[in-house]
Amino acid sequence: MNRDQVLDALFADLWKADCLEADHFYGRATVGNQQVTVIGTAEKAEVGADMALTMARVVIETIKQRPGEPIVFLLDTQGQRLRRRDELMGLNGYMAHLAKAVELARQRGHVIVSVVYGEAVSGGYISTGMMADACYALADAEIKVMNLPAMSRITKIPLDHLQALAKQSPVFSPGVENYLSMGHLDAVWEGNYAAQLAASIASLRAKSREEIGKDLRIERGIERGGRTAAGVVLERVLAK
Amino acid sequence: MANSFLEASARERVQAVCDEGSFQEILKPSDRISSPHMALLEQPVAFDDGVVIGRATLGGAPVLVAAQEGEFLGGAIGEVHGAKMTALIAKAVKEKPRAVLLIFESGGVRLHEANAGLIAVSEIMRAVCAARAQGIQFIGLIGGAAGCFGGTGLIARCCDVLIMSEEGRLAMSGPEVIETVYGVEEFDSRDRALVWRVSGGKHRYVMGDIQALVADEVNAFRNAALAALDSGKVGFDLENLETEHAMLTQRLKQFGDCRDAKEIWQRLGLPSAEELALMPADEFVRATSVARDVARGAQ
Amino acid sequence: MSMEQLKYNLPSKIQQTNRDAVLVGVTASGNCEVLLEKGEDTAHCSVDIQTSARGFGQIWQAVLNDFAERKNAGGLKIEIHDVGATPAVVSLRLDQAIEAWENQHGQ
Repeated sequence: MNRDQVLDALFADLWKADCLEADHFYGRATVGNQQVTVIGTAEKAEVGADMALTMARVVIETIKQRPGEPIVFLLDTQGQRLRRRDELMGLNGYMAHLAKAVELARQRGHVIVSVVYGEAVSGGYISTGMMADACYALADAEIKVMNLPAMSRITKIPLDHLQALAKQSPVFSPGVENYLSMGHLDAVWEGNYAAQLAASIASLRAKSREEIGKDLRIERGIERGGRTAAGVVLERVLAK
Repeated sequence: MANSFLEASARERVQAVCDEGSFQEILKPSDRISSPHMALLEQPVAFDDGVVIGRATLGGAPVLVAAQEGEFLGGAIGEVHGAKMTALIAKAVKEKPRAVLLIFESGGVRLHEANAGLIAVSEIMRAVCAARAQGIQFIGLIGGAAGCFGGTGLIARCCDVLIMSEEGRLAMSGPEVIETVYGVEEFDSRDRALVWRVSGGKHRYVMGDIQALVADEVNAFRNAALAALDSGKVGFDLENLETEHAMLTQRLKQFGDCRDAKEIWQRLGLPSAEELALMPADEFVRATSVARDVARGAQ
Repeated sequence: MSMEQLKYNLPSKIQQTNRDAVLVGVTASGNCEVLLEKGEDTAHCSVDIQTSARGFGQIWQAVLNDFAERKNAGGLKIEIHDVGATPAVVSLRLDQAIEAWENQHGQ
């Protein structure tokens, strides 16, 4: 699915762009009877310092000018920009700044939903979608840290070995199903995306600030069986 | 014990930075909470999964500490390693220590447990910011050979105070990755001076991404951590975010066309890169303090 | 790389056992981590090794025999994660572990 298709599927003509570049976009949309701020990446965007700063600015403006307005991230990114100039500028600081802006929005009462509609890779995903209250992905989307051939080259573990193990464990290989079973994603979407977005926002708005503030992904990972070791650690550390 | 922070192990750093004898480990190695995933990949494990956590005091004040062991899989974050850090911060919210000390040395997410590591990084980032909003100060220390990269670098940039040595590196992607994708012209990963001018402590200090630059000595790190604690600098709010936003905006305006810290330092009217490279940390701090304010937009 | 598991049980003079577990070293290339704890048999030191360097059983035996003779290790249990440390490094870690153990105050 591309940017225009996902915007159409979610908002139909109830979406107004303030910025519509090939690799990033933002604006306002209506979901149910609710205005929301939409921020997104497209065309497997590389997230560099400039783009991260732009998205952070939109989040800060939302906090200052539209108290309590939900924020929706729509993501298709290949991860961080791999250029010397961006590293020189301190790219990780720009990406962390964006993540902090999202966290502040949450603390200020904005509900935040993210939807991966294309790809979401590594740092490009952490700084945006992974900071949301509720994270979703379309069934045919992709979430990963790295593809298996590259992983094989770096770890020196044979590719066919990795491929075989990927069938037994969700812990390292690409796939939205893995991010679901490990507790990160609330759900994988099929069918009526607009209705599911509306339901998600409504359900988040019904929660107290305290409930929303709790990051329950480890608990979900235990329930779904994908991340039990983390649960053991959490329990034992808190008991001491 | 040796004085060099760089050469010290994670456990040695904890002992040297915190008050003598004050450190009490939580989840000891003998508990054997190590990675359940490495056996499948026929990889060796560490009893503590490469991170040591616990309680200590710093200048008599109660703190919680985590220190990553850069020699174990590059200090990279896997499921257990990440959960230890998340759990430590959850503990901080309950116990309300004065600060949490995070001694970073990590290449980022552990590929062998990539998905668990990635999710853990975002959990830790959320936890750090939420705890800071409750007044718990986060002090990060960076000075190990493996640097502080990827997701770990993102966590570091969520701290209130960052202390680095010149030897430390803080960045997103390593130079080798960039060279592999775009070639040696883009980034010659074997040009050590260049690598440090892009990601090293001195460059990060002038840019304003870190708050203290210290010599490669455990005592120097300890003193800087004590000073950070004394300053009481903690705050996760709109004002701090906007100050940072202004700094980051100014930086792109002033230096967005630069490709090397040499050009930045020249524009700031600083001594030559060769001279700056030779200065020990405290002399460098004195020589660059005015330029640093200009670079940060703090005038 | 695939791992080899080795087990040894070495006669050794008795050591104080009312001490906390000790960890020395790091699981890293050319290095090993050694965990020393109270064991069950006061006349022996039991050693469990997980190593990425296969086929060195006899060398481990020699290093451990030497260690068990020089030091009082009876009643202790040792577990090692090794990534190709040389015999000299292994010996060093074992000695460091015993020294740290003995330097603790009794419980």
